[in-house]
Amino acid sequence: MTLLISVFEQGLIYAIMALGMYITYKILDFPDMTVDGSFPLGAALSAVLISNGVNPYLTLVISFGAGLIAGTITGFIHVKLKVRDILASIIMMTALYSVNLRIAGRANLPIYNFDNIYSNGFTNKIFVGALAPFENVIVIAAIVIVVKLVLDWYLKTKSGYLLKAVGDNESIVTSMGIDKGKVKILGLAIANGMVALSGSMFAQQQRFFDASMGVGTAVIGLASVIIGTALFGQISVFTFSISVILGSILYKGCVAAAIRLGLQSTDLKLVTAVLFLLILVISMRIEKHQGKKRITS
Amino acid sequence: MIELKHIHKFYNAGSVNEMCLFEDFSLTIADGEFVSIVGSNGSGKTSLLNIICGSIEVDGGQILVGGEDITRKKDYLRHRNIGRVYQDPSKGTCANMTILENMALADNKGKPYNLGMSVKKNRIDYYKELLQPLNLGLEDKLYTKVGALSGGQRQAVALLMATMTPIEMLILDEHTAALDPKTAEIIMGLTGKIVKEKHLTTMMVTHNLRYAVEYGDRLLMMHQGNAVMDKAGAEKQALTVDDIMGVFNEISVECGN
Repeated sequence: MTLLISVFEQGLIYAIMALGMYITYKILDFPDMTVDGSFPLGAALSAVLISNGVNPYLTLVISFGAGLIAGTITGFIHVKLKVRDILASIIMMTALYSVNLRIAGRANLPIYNFDNIYSNGFTNKIFVGALAPFENVIVIAAIVIVVKLVLDWYLKTKSGYLLKAVGDNESIVTSMGIDKGKVKILGLAIANGMVALSGSMFAQQQRFFDASMGVGTAVIGLASVIIGTALFGQISVFTFSISVILGSILYKGCVAAAIRLGLQSTDLKLVTAVLFLLILVISMRIEKHQGKKRITS
Repeated sequence: MIELKHIHKFYNAGSVNEMCLFEDFSLTIADGEFVSIVGSNGSGKTSLLNIICGSIEVDGGQILVGGEDITRKKDYLRHRNIGRVYQDPSKGTCANMTILENMALADNKGKPYNLGMSVKKNRIDYYKELLQPLNLGLEDKLYTKVGALSGGQRQAVALLMATMTPIEMLILDEHTAALDPKTAEIIMGLTGKIVKEKHLTTMMVTHNLRYAVEYGDRLLMMHQGNAVMDKAGAEKQALTVDDIMGVFNEISVECGN
């Protein structure tokens, strides 16, 4: 039971990160490795701020803002300095590793003894008795729902349409009299803002920041997006956001199951990578079969 | 008025493959003029359009539109007054968006792309009105992804998108070349109608000599970066496909092909 709850908690937290990666990978067609740095960026900021007595909910907003900046810089490196997309993001990812250490002051920063967004005077009063074990997952689910609704809404706005258009066909954005570079930067900013928000939630759930926390974030995010869109995206009642969220939970479940079946927790990243490879290969097979069907649906 | 003054353009400058495309090329196009441009491959037709749209930079000379020097103006800023349709139907539309979404996107050109809803329900009827005269049945396919349409249908949508907001110039780069003859007719007819209704200054590159004769009030033939033939007014109206073909053959013989 605890394992199941923990799968849902982490799956949902990572879902926000995966939704961010959906923007870069699926909408912008931009392989963004920045996330390996912006995820722990949110974690480091939150750990430091919380241990200094800042309201945990405020750290969510601050982390989102920091992620926005990180994504903007990646976008700037790519668009203005004309560095290839994946290289620009790897440069930023590497730089952020040191930035995160600077922010946290050390490689590992525990926040066990502080209030966080899940457990504080307010939530402890509401979630009592039978609800108590579900405190975390309820708070997480509420945030995920808000993020999902805001993202769904945003992608229906004029600004959101530009974002979709720039990944689809750059020249149409130019035709509309809009600087396509700025649209890409905006997309990267929003995506990394979401990733850092997810990192903040993760640090508070784990109750510590660790410098290596971000390793493999991109792989987890991509796996969630691909598994979600390949498996659930075919079902028309599921919007992309629900598909990605389900994909994230399923992926976490698979990893947890693999660990449970006798692998050690040090094998986590290996499991993460191998599972991703499996999903990638399988989803390509699925797409081959259904490729034509998808565009007409 | 579009003025090109002493344009110079080289490709692969400084290398052994250096190729001079335009050398001191000048051209003036009056407001409201519909210019058809013909010429062999590599003659500079498409480059001419790209230079005006800012898709490629010039190595020398000036480009003026309505008296304003736009030589160094960014391409996306120039496109605010330009509607452009490409040879490739996929370049003028977004494949993964529906017809409705595509038209809503284009409908907002010239206005800020802010956090307002892109698709406005009260505009849907207007989009249908635009699509209906095409007789392609597109008005019933508003919720179909553009990627699922045929090339001709996509090109029709692209043409409508390029011209649905107030623009001054229409740039057509072989926009019927990838279409079957019947669809090409429909698209060309629609083009003529739109240009007439909106009094757009139009430049149309085409390989179809009949279209070049039938449409437009001026005809240019490009060859090696020069306008070897430039007819307007009554002279243009009197031109036949055979006349153009004659000049075409003369040039080709000179080149040895």
